[in-house]
Amino acid sequence: MKWYIIKRLLQLIPVIIGVTIIAFSLIHLAPGDPARTMLGQHATQQELNEIREKYGLDEPVYVQYGIWLNGVLHGDFGRSILTKELVVNEIAERFPNTIELAIASMIFAITIGGLAGIISASNQYSITDYTVMGIALFGISMPVFWLGIMLMLIFGVILGWLPIGGRIDLLIPFQRVTGFMVFDSIITGNLNALLSVLKHLILPALALGTIPMAIIARVTRSSMLEVLRQDFIRTERAKGLSERVVIYRHAARNAMLPVVTVIGLNFGLLLSGAILTETVFSWPGLGRLVVESVYERDYPLVVGCILIFAIIFVFVNLITDILYTFIDPRIKYE
Amino acid sequence: MKNKYYILAIGICLTLILTAFSGCVEEETEEMVLIFAMSGDADKLDPADVTDGESISRTDNIFESLVEYTAGGTDIQSALATSWDVSNDGLEITFDLRKDVEFHDGTDFNADAVVFSFARQYDTSHPYHEYGEWAYWGYMFSDIDYVEKINDYKIIIHLKRPNAAIMTSLAMFTVAIVSPTNAEEWGEEAFKHPVGTGPFKFVEWVKDDHITLEANEDYWRARSKLDKIIFRVIEDPSARLLAIQAGEIHGMEYPDPVSFDLIKSDSDLQLLTQSGMNVGYLAMNTGYGYYDENENGVRDSDEDWVKTPGYFEPLTNKLVRQAINYAIDKNSIVENLYKGTAIVAKNGMPPFMLGHNDDIVDYSYDPDMAKDLLEEAGYPNGFNTTLWVMPVSRPYMFDPPKIAEALQSYLADVNINVELYQLDWSTYLEETENGNHPMCLLGWTGDNGDPDNFMNVLYGPNSASIGTAGNVAFYNNSLVQDKFSAALQSYDTTVRSKLYEEAQVLIHEDAPFVYLAHATQNMVFLSNIKGYVLNPTERKFFYPVEIE
Repeated sequence: MKWYIIKRLLQLIPVIIGVTIIAFSLIHLAPGDPARTMLGQHATQQELNEIREKYGLDEPVYVQYGIWLNGVLHGDFGRSILTKELVVNEIAERFPNTIELAIASMIFAITIGGLAGIISASNQYSITDYTVMGIALFGISMPVFWLGIMLMLIFGVILGWLPIGGRIDLLIPFQRVTGFMVFDSIITGNLNALLSVLKHLILPALALGTIPMAIIARVTRSSMLEVLRQDFIRTERAKGLSERVVIYRHAARNAMLPVVTVIGLNFGLLLSGAILTETVFSWPGLGRLVVESVYERDYPLVVGCILIFAIIFVFVNLITDILYTFIDPRIKYE
Repeated sequence: MKNKYYILAIGICLTLILTAFSGCVEEETEEMVLIFAMSGDADKLDPADVTDGESISRTDNIFESLVEYTAGGTDIQSALATSWDVSNDGLEITFDLRKDVEFHDGTDFNADAVVFSFARQYDTSHPYHEYGEWAYWGYMFSDIDYVEKINDYKIIIHLKRPNAAIMTSLAMFTVAIVSPTNAEEWGEEAFKHPVGTGPFKFVEWVKDDHITLEANEDYWRARSKLDKIIFRVIEDPSARLLAIQAGEIHGMEYPDPVSFDLIKSDSDLQLLTQSGMNVGYLAMNTGYGYYDENENGVRDSDEDWVKTPGYFEPLTNKLVRQAINYAIDKNSIVENLYKGTAIVAKNGMPPFMLGHNDDIVDYSYDPDMAKDLLEEAGYPNGFNTTLWVMPVSRPYMFDPPKIAEALQSYLADVNINVELYQLDWSTYLEETENGNHPMCLLGWTGDNGDPDNFMNVLYGPNSASIGTAGNVAFYNNSLVQDKFSAALQSYDTTVRSKLYEEAQVLIHEDAPFVYLAHATQNMVFLSNIKGYVLNPTERKFFYPVEIE
């Protein structure tokens, strides 16, 4: 197992090199350059040339990549061309926000989606089954942007129960430690802040989690149906175990394997879905950062963001693979 | 099992108590805090090194310049300078500085700070020069030769050549005075630790989320009524509106014109509107530009007129361009597509500006006349061409694709078949500045309120430089350039006004543009917010604001 993990981590190196080369080439192939975005509508030729030279934008792409890679190997990811901030800082400031949102929506998606799938499967072809699956279909089909606005309108404006956007009520004093605001408010013992942060998390998590929830519900249902038809379930029922124990303890666990795969893959989907959710809910996360940096052709920032996405994706998949061994002891990695 | 229910009950009680408690704390804070929603985050908080309105809106409340615009206008009044005097040859401007002013970090405001704030931008050997791009310097202040300290409270700005627009430019954010001590302390990182002399002090910046400023207790004018301003970032216009409806914010910029009726009908909200200092237009590539090989922003005698990449024979003909002007119903576009949040433009700058020629009679909507002119020009059956369409809404043009479709249909009525072409924004700017288009949509928001900033920048032949063109019609009538250059050299407003008015007659006749509209600028506040004044420059000053 240890060697397996080390091997998988070593595989990160070619993935990262591949991803950054592709990101670098694509962004440079796109027309437009950051010098133009910096100077706006009135740039003089001299200013454009000076800036291109200052940031090495006049070098061939492979030279720029070489310079960048050399910097990275020395722990220097460069500075954002537009904001002058270190790329590492730009990402570090947003990273906790996106992760908190992703985890919250995943918790929502897994609990509700999983439960819905199980209920649906154990009542196959009943009204409950059709209703739950109908809702799931609705969930998959709903545009995140629209859903977000609707949630805000209903829970924020009409009912006034939950805040419209942002991370915390800005009038509440808050001390930043790690940037993970739920965590920070707990360790600083700031209950006011914790409540406010949690309240702000609900609507975005619902909006972002709806599609994965629907997918998880459908996968859980079909996986459960397969398991429920197997011999050992019949044996358990024959033994006289209660239906609840049969379904939740034995069937659900066996049905989890494909669900875990879907959850792992959906985590990646969440990161891209986060771009829209973050925009609607004014959530200061990585999704917005990457979109803005692409628009502004902020090369170092774009590549930095894509790199971090790739790393997250690889890690989540690794964790998924490791989880398999816990769910199904027959799976072993050598 | 019972235990579980106990825990649940305790949990619920705890939550309820905490919620109630959190409510109390919010009520206890009696500070006057204004939360204002912006459509984007600031890039940097160094006023000299930014060009985006988002950054400027924040820095304008932290920093001040030697002079400032009058509230709601573009006239100049004293700020950090108490008085000034222009020498007879127009090459020296002497400023007396305000005494007893301190920066937020306690540094004295004096001549050294002024020289520092300017020199770091123009002096390439200045130790802080490398920390910025100083984008506006090359474009608007390059006529400044150097700034000289006479004594602690007197400086002289030396000009390379007379420049009548420089006084209005000196009220711009670019030349705001920054604390030299602070710059030394932070060096390359000073852009995120702004220290000025203005009514508000910088407190906190959480990227893409908010920037907080608090009242400067030692402000040289009376302390602001607001204790704090929080600039929140809410990118989506619908989300901004929902936030103000829910009372989470007190004010917002850029409301969607579609929601104006809703805003007006809500008694909790107020919509502030003022004619904006902008113009949106259709530019027709008249065919010839020059390469600014000497990189001086001026067409020198060794730089010849050459065909632009988007050269298109019919548009080089004045009659065709006039025909296109006659073919378009601007009133309908303003009414239906700008939703009434604009006035029809007949000249290339808004009517309230110095030198606007009100005697010009605009091209009327007359498709028959357009057809006659096309026939006279030798195109009785019209022609096919391409219109480049901006991909983004700008203050001067809401929803460019819809406007483009309207133009397409008007032109089709006179047998000009237009194909629409779209690119992403930064590429769009680059390609149109290269002159790759036959026709394109574009516009401009003024920087300093001086007519030169519209006329010379957008319509002057010197700005028809391929690759960096501000004049994207590549309009090259040298008589017009002569008038613009003469106007910039004269400090007499009557003389200047006359020259610009004459130039507009020539531009109207040559018709390189279809001027579409001057859009209004709009902001929404809760109805208990008082004292906010809209400025033609679209800059945002919160000093006079209070919450009732």
